[in-house]
Amino acid sequence: MYKNFFRYLISAIFLLGFSVNSNADFKVGFVYVGPTGDHGWTFQHHEGRNAVEAAGIKTTFVESVPEGADAERVIRQLAQSGHDLIFTTSFGYMDPTNKVAKDFPNVKFEHATGYKREHPNVSTYSARFYEGRTLLGHIAGKMTKTNTIGYIASFPIPEVIRGINAMTLAAQKVNPNIKTKIVWVFTWYDPGKEAEAAQALIDQGADVIMQHTDSTAPVQTAEKAGVWSFGQASDMQRFAPKSILTSIIDDWAPYYVERAIAARDGKWNQQDTWHGLKEGMVAMGPYNSAMGADLVKEVEQLQKDLASGKVHSFTGPIYDQKGNILVAEGKVADDGMLAGMSVYVKGVEGDIPK
Amino acid sequence: MSLDISFIGILIGSIMASSVPLILAASGELITERSGVLNLGVEGMMIIGAISGFALMVITDNLFIAIVGSMFSGVIISLIFGFLTQSLLTNHVATGLALTIFGIGLSAMLGKNFVGIPGKEFPILFSSLRESIPFFGPILFGHSIVLYFAFALPFLTNYFLKKTKLGLVVRAVGDSPVSASNQGINVIIVRYCCILYGGAMCGLAGAYLSLIYTPQWIENMTAGRGWIALALVVFATWSPIKVLIGALIFGGITILQLHMQAIGFRIPVQFLSALPYLMTIIVLVVISRDSRKIKLNTPTSLGRIFYKEK
Repeated sequence: MYKNFFRYLISAIFLLGFSVNSNADFKVGFVYVGPTGDHGWTFQHHEGRNAVEAAGIKTTFVESVPEGADAERVIRQLAQSGHDLIFTTSFGYMDPTNKVAKDFPNVKFEHATGYKREHPNVSTYSARFYEGRTLLGHIAGKMTKTNTIGYIASFPIPEVIRGINAMTLAAQKVNPNIKTKIVWVFTWYDPGKEAEAAQALIDQGADVIMQHTDSTAPVQTAEKAGVWSFGQASDMQRFAPKSILTSIIDDWAPYYVERAIAARDGKWNQQDTWHGLKEGMVAMGPYNSAMGADLVKEVEQLQKDLASGKVHSFTGPIYDQKGNILVAEGKVADDGMLAGMSVYVKGVEGDIPK
Repeated sequence: MSLDISFIGILIGSIMASSVPLILAASGELITERSGVLNLGVEGMMIIGAISGFALMVITDNLFIAIVGSMFSGVIISLIFGFLTQSLLTNHVATGLALTIFGIGLSAMLGKNFVGIPGKEFPILFSSLRESIPFFGPILFGHSIVLYFAFALPFLTNYFLKKTKLGLVVRAVGDSPVSASNQGINVIIVRYCCILYGGAMCGLAGAYLSLIYTPQWIENMTAGRGWIALALVVFATWSPIKVLIGALIFGGITILQLHMQAIGFRIPVQFLSALPYLMTIIVLVVISRDSRKIKLNTPTSLGRIFYKEK
């Protein structure tokens, strides 16, 4: 409670600084949910912003903006202070972004990982992280000795559930005895809590740890305990050189540069972008040699097939936990279903928090 | 996994490790508050301690210097608070809040070059005993020296406040600075010392996070633990031993609820997440019902500005 208050206060003080100097220059604004130094999610968005800046376009950013009402004020402030294009880089900014977009029809908005485009000046973009999760699931299924995969989840939104499902399906394919244990931490970023969650999963028998949170604490905990882990959002290898098998890397830079230039040159239009391994928005970190040459080769082939579309992460038959069919044999899940995913597939333990 | 006896030992060991920053920060703040000063800057002092400790470790490659340096940085930043509130007589609450905001911002700035550097392994004591003795091994052994210090601290604090003359002075200053001053005690100096001591302990609590618990520097890594420590002091009604109990309950339930999730208990996760806060408050309120004792422990002049008329 206090924490959010302070984040807002800091944001507000920060915003005072540039609310006065609005001018005619083309400017791009970024709103981040975490600190730029998280070495995960926000760090990668910030790398994207650096690329935009390197392309000769002026940018500003506001970090650690809590999702919800405070976000709206920050976005509105950016729009008011002469920014022409605003990237809002967290799922929880979805409604605030659309609300502000309505009042500023001349400002372009780009919202990450959401699905609402209520006004012509709002685009959405996301990456098909689940393709990366499929690769992790394949590796995890092969590497686990205890047949238990530990998964640190943040919030029960489709993005996170999709990742859990994609990973479980791929792991089941190579190891039918696999069990996925999930711990919800209800935060994107709290190194201490993430470490504790990883430790709890390890104590409960998981020998592969996966995270959908943003800090490097879980991989370090895994390294200490001598179990396997995967990096999230950016290459975390140096934090746990022995433990990390690979990382899912988000590469926003090409997209940000492309969209910023389009907006500057008046060629921006509304779109819904969902890029994956094919376009390079999702990339994989180096594979750990502990996997063995055969498995590395196998995974590299799977990565190619996912990129080319030969293999899809959600290929039927897929059942939910109760055994009802979700995707029929021979079919693949369409994007609409993926975007709204809200049930676990068979083999995942526990219930989704409501 | 079964809940066998050796597993419970490991569990208790990790609960103890997770409550260390709370015990350190809360014990430090307790002394500050018993002297009548309300310092809401705990979070800010902790985060400064975290970055200074980590930076010194990277620069000097010496963990001893890093630990001592983190305490020293806590002293320095609390000195700002002390100067403002004791010498310039500013409002405690506002100054403390400013200190937290300042600390978070400053640590982010100082830490820019230290993001992404892996930490160093901190030596643990008696690691062979940890493995060889079932149940008691993981509880009593295989921890860092800071943990042993943290668990001794509440008892030392209790002894200091109740049995020593200096402790009496601190309490007198916190209860009635005017009478203390009339007795010839230099209230301002005593309060300065208590503020600086609180700063040192908060700095150490931060360094525990960045050097031992999750050895790395990332912005905002204290993630609100300073505020929990502050709340613990109040709910423990300024009793060091109850601070220890509260910190253990908070750490314990935080970890237990993660385990319950991993085991697959069918209890709503949101409820489990709220449980640490809820249980800590309930337990501390229940064990602190004795209003006579509360009166005895509460620093009556907490947060009030004191100045000597000349």
